[in-house]
Amino acid sequence: MPDATLAATPARDKVRAVDFRGGGFAPKTRRWVGIAVFIVLIGFVEWGTQAGWISALTLPKPSDVLATFGELYASGLLFQHLGPSLTRLVVGATIGASIGVTTGVLIGLFSYIRAGLVPLVAAIFPIPKIALLPLFVIWFGIDEGSKYALIAFGTFTPTVVATYGAVDNVDRTLIRMGQSFGLSWFSIVRKIVLPGAMPGILSGLRISLAIAIILLVAAEMLGAEYGIGAYILQAGSLYDLERLFAGVVILSILGVIVSAAIGAIERHLLGWRT
Amino acid sequence: MDIRLDGVGHAYGDFEVMRDITLDIPSGRIVCIVGPSGCGKSTLLRFIGGLERPTSGRILQIGDPPPDCLNPLTYVFQDFALLPWRTVTGNVSLALEDHRIGGAEAKAIIDDVLSRTKLTDFAKALPKQLSGGMKQRVAIARALAVRPAVMLMDEPLSALDSQTRELLMDDLIGLWTRTPFTAVYVTHNLAEAVRLGHLIVVLSRRPGQIRQIVEIDKPLAERGYADPDLEDSQKQLWMLMREEARAADAELIDA
Ligand SMILES: Nc1ncnc2c1ncn2[C@@H]1O[C@H](COP(=O)(O)OP(=O)(O)OP(=O)(O)O)[C@@H](O)[C@H]1O
Ligand SMILES: [Mg+2]
Repeated sequence: MPDATLAATPARDKVRAVDFRGGGFAPKTRRWVGIAVFIVLIGFVEWGTQAGWISALTLPKPSDVLATFGELYASGLLFQHLGPSLTRLVVGATIGASIGVTTGVLIGLFSYIRAGLVPLVAAIFPIPKIALLPLFVIWFGIDEGSKYALIAFGTFTPTVVATYGAVDNVDRTLIRMGQSFGLSWFSIVRKIVLPGAMPGILSGLRISLAIAIILLVAAEMLGAEYGIGAYILQAGSLYDLERLFAGVVILSILGVIVSAAIGAIERHLLGWRT
Repeated sequence: MDIRLDGVGHAYGDFEVMRDITLDIPSGRIVCIVGPSGCGKSTLLRFIGGLERPTSGRILQIGDPPPDCLNPLTYVFQDFALLPWRTVTGNVSLALEDHRIGGAEAKAIIDDVLSRTKLTDFAKALPKQLSGGMKQRVAIARALAVRPAVMLMDEPLSALDSQTRELLMDDLIGLWTRTPFTAVYVTHNLAEAVRLGHLIVVLSRRPGQIRQIVEIDKPLAERGYADPDLEDSQKQLWMLMREEARAADAELIDA
């Protein structure tokens, strides 16, 4: 009879579906949400400035900023500013990131280098690199040299820290496996350590490159005639909010492009991740 | 090529893990090593493979490995150790690349080992797309590709469910009957040991010493699932191990 009682029980009680509490914690691509956030935010400010409950002194009208941007483009000044800035960014960040990745890998692989350099990197990291700009001007000259150096130096430290952390996190059993198949040291580094550290290196680069953009403006504070940073600083000193914001928008777009580029590289290189 | 362990002992600091292990691993045979948890089985295997050095004793290689052998002592790991960013083919070719084998020769070897492990259809798959049993077959294919003189297997099937384990055991027996290889096979599972082992070495609890070596004469190909002839050997092994296992278990609780 126990079967009969079992079958009878649910009939008396309330029946309902089990609550779902799984899901989440798994990032999916939702491209349009990011765009929607921008549109809503800008629309809100436009509405506020048009209606007058945001005063013109607090924020410029987004439409005016757009108009300024249009003028900038039409006059050809946009590319006169963008050209040098992009060169500085690319050269500085490439130098900083490549030296950073190399140093990080060396720290990850050799105990002596780790013992020697980790405290040094920790000591350099918190220094605001902008404070060193005068020093860089003396060392590398007031021209492009000091700008490259500042951006490179600023990208270097976060890249090093991210890289050696990533190398430390490479699965040791995979390295043992490489040794057990008689792979050379160099092969193990190239085929096991570097690909294994790639996710960490790329997420480090996301941060380093954002810092590079921040430092770009700082680098152009001294002795730069053209450049987005120079343009922003000029506008700022004149309290020309429209031009200031037009410059800031360019920096933001740069940031979004860099982040999207790293996202594309991640999708291409890290498709193997679950 | 035979392997001889000559008075191998080891201690991590003051912590003695194994003592005076002398053992011959004859060519063409599968030697199973069983023993309670923590008795040093994995450590012993690392010594044989040259990944770690014992504090006393020697590991000797008697005779030369066959001339076409690329990596005489080759591991199959418990957790597969596949590179997640390489396809099945890429994982197998990893073992060949450093031996300057490429192009048509590498392709021929890879095709051969993949067909022997029934993986031909999955050549382009990434590890994340494979089931546990398939991953371990990829690891076995990779080991076969370097034509090892001795295969060192550390609980290769214990991460798998019991059905997959049975299937893979049949695969291993099939591989061995077609071309006999030498293997040292560490396991917790006595059924695996009596199924695959020509010799079964029973280790005592830590510090690991050889309690007994049991020989099973029945040819591998004739041993089957739940074979009554093997029951007796398995029972005998369990009698040997039971006290050791219980004592080892109690030790862990005390510690
Ligand atoms: N690098 C190490 N340093 C210190 N102790 C270690 C080290 N490696 C292993 N041991 C200890 O040596 C003993 C033997 O370890 P080993 O992994 O060889 O045992 P095992 O027989 O393979 O155990 P299991 O059956 O659980 O896999 C264990 O008690 C372990 O804690
Ligand atoms: Mg073990």
